[in-house]
Amino acid sequence: MTISIPTAVLIIVLGLVGIGIYALLTTRHLIKVIVALQLLVKGAMLALVLAGHLTGQDDLGQSLAITVIIADTIVAVIGMALAVQVRRVVGTLDLRSLTSLRR
Amino acid sequence: MVHGLIAAVTLVCAIQAVRATRLLVSALWLAGASALVALEMYLLGAPEIAVIELSVGAGLVTVLFVFAINLTGEENLDARRMIPRPLAWTMLFIAGALLLIFILPGINQPATGQVYGAFREIFWEDRQLDTLLQIIMILAGVLGVLGLLSDQKTGQIAPYEEHGA
Repeated sequence: MTISIPTAVLIIVLGLVGIGIYALLTTRHLIKVIVALQLLVKGAMLALVLAGHLTGQDDLGQSLAITVIIADTIVAVIGMALAVQVRRVVGTLDLRSLTSLRR
Repeated sequence: MVHGLIAAVTLVCAIQAVRATRLLVSALWLAGASALVALEMYLLGAPEIAVIELSVGAGLVTVLFVFAINLTGEENLDARRMIPRPLAWTMLFIAGALLLIFILPGINQPATGQVYGAFREIFWEDRQLDTLLQIIMILAGVLGVLGLLSDQKTGQIAPYEEHGA
């Protein structure tokens, strides 16, 4: 059985989005949340390139994918800087412990 | 066959990135998944994006992960979960079903959109607002990191204290 490139990419997109959503829902570690977000966004980015490929607008899809890559990287960088600071102030990276605004 | 294999290995990398108990191992699996996503992009006919994804997604972000993990240290919280597993699976199935409902009807339709032109023209001429927003995002990111990683000599945040009873 041969799998064409769009089918394989569609499987990857669905898999990455699924794994990303599941990990986002279950994990309590701040850095693991960023990992899950990265996986989710990689799926979305691949979906943009695939959509461009399937509709014959490859270049438009790629142009949008660049924007997503940059936004994703900025989110990761800010998230990790936030994690370092949270660890310094709160002493843990457990999301359940970040309730100091709920006093 | 090769494409199926690439898809399988990518998903294994992604699952391991989520499952690994050590954060450093998790970051390395994520880098592997990122590299394979870049390979798929190349096979889809998007070499520019593949190069950017490989250098930024698999390179820069991994270095930043290692840097952040070194600063924060390993902390194993995997035994406890944010929400129960059955609820997470239910929500995942609902999300997957919605995704398939929206994707599948359009996947075999002929292309109707207008083909604009070369990647360079679209990126620099048609989507100038995107480029501007990217510059603003990068500047905001730099300022945000500088603000977060500064020593905060003025206006220091008080350490968190438990207010029980």
